Amino acid sequence: MRMGNAAAPTPTDSAPQGASSSGTPSSAAPARAPRSAHDAIAFKRELTGVIPHLRAFARGLCGRPDLADDLVQETLLKAWAAQERFEPGTSMRAWTFVILRNAYLTDMRRNRFRADYDETVAERVLVAPAGQEGPLHLSDMHRALLTLPPERREALLLVGAGGFSYEEAAQICQCAVGTIKSRVGRARATLTQMIDTGQIPRRSTDDSVAHDAIMDELDATVQLER
Amino acid sequence: MKTPAPRRRNGERGKSPEWADGLRRLYDSVVEEPLPDSFAKLLDQLDDDAHG
Repeated sequence: MRMGNAAAPTPTDSAPQGASSSGTPSSAAPARAPRSAHDAIAFKRELTGVIPHLRAFARGLCGRPDLADDLVQETLLKAWAAQERFEPGTSMRAWTFVILRNAYLTDMRRNRFRADYDETVAERVLVAPAGQEGPLHLSDMHRALLTLPPERREALLLVGAGGFSYEEAAQICQCAVGTIKSRVGRARATLTQMIDTGQIPRRSTDDSVAHDAIMDELDATVQLER
Repeated sequence: MKTPAPRRRNGERGKSPEWADGLRRLYDSVVEEPLPDSFAKLLDQLDDDAHG
């Protein structure tokens, strides 16, 4: 899968962390000549085709299905506005993942997902059950994943779940390949330890309830730290 | 709906912990969910706006 060169397919609002990235995709001159009707149709078709993957990536990043779908909608809007910058023939999935990731980071900085507090909360909600029963449930997996620091979680999602190479993941995250390898390695080590020792965040009878509880706790944490 | 199939990294198989498969299934389970209509509607609307 090709991602194209780093400059062309990257939307303007995908600035790395720290930069102001609140704006909508730039209305500045497009990188190249206007698209043909054929390109426009192909763009829409390809964009439609990656929506399920965007949902999966977003769900893995932020945990909540409703927020994840909001994030996908936001991503589609931004991708649409930036379509002149998509290089036909390159990976639509990688291109849109960059947009989604940056939208997520922007929202997170605005405290929407509050994933910064995941670790703190994880320490408090982690319990060691008497014994892990049966096979690992997907919901267990997801809760374990959500306790990872965001940058490790996204690296593991891209490589371990999305099937991207380290190089592709590094392009998406705009960091060095070695950094991605390190993040994936640490994420794997943490999850392996968590699962081997049964220290997975406790399961509720209803995952949405569990999540609400976690969000409530996050709210309390945020209040305390203000 | 046709979606691009992500490539899997065979080179990592040897040292993958047991849960690695669960991580992929977690991702795939969302990919395989029925897609809410809202997404297609959004793109259709954007398309109409662009050509209207």
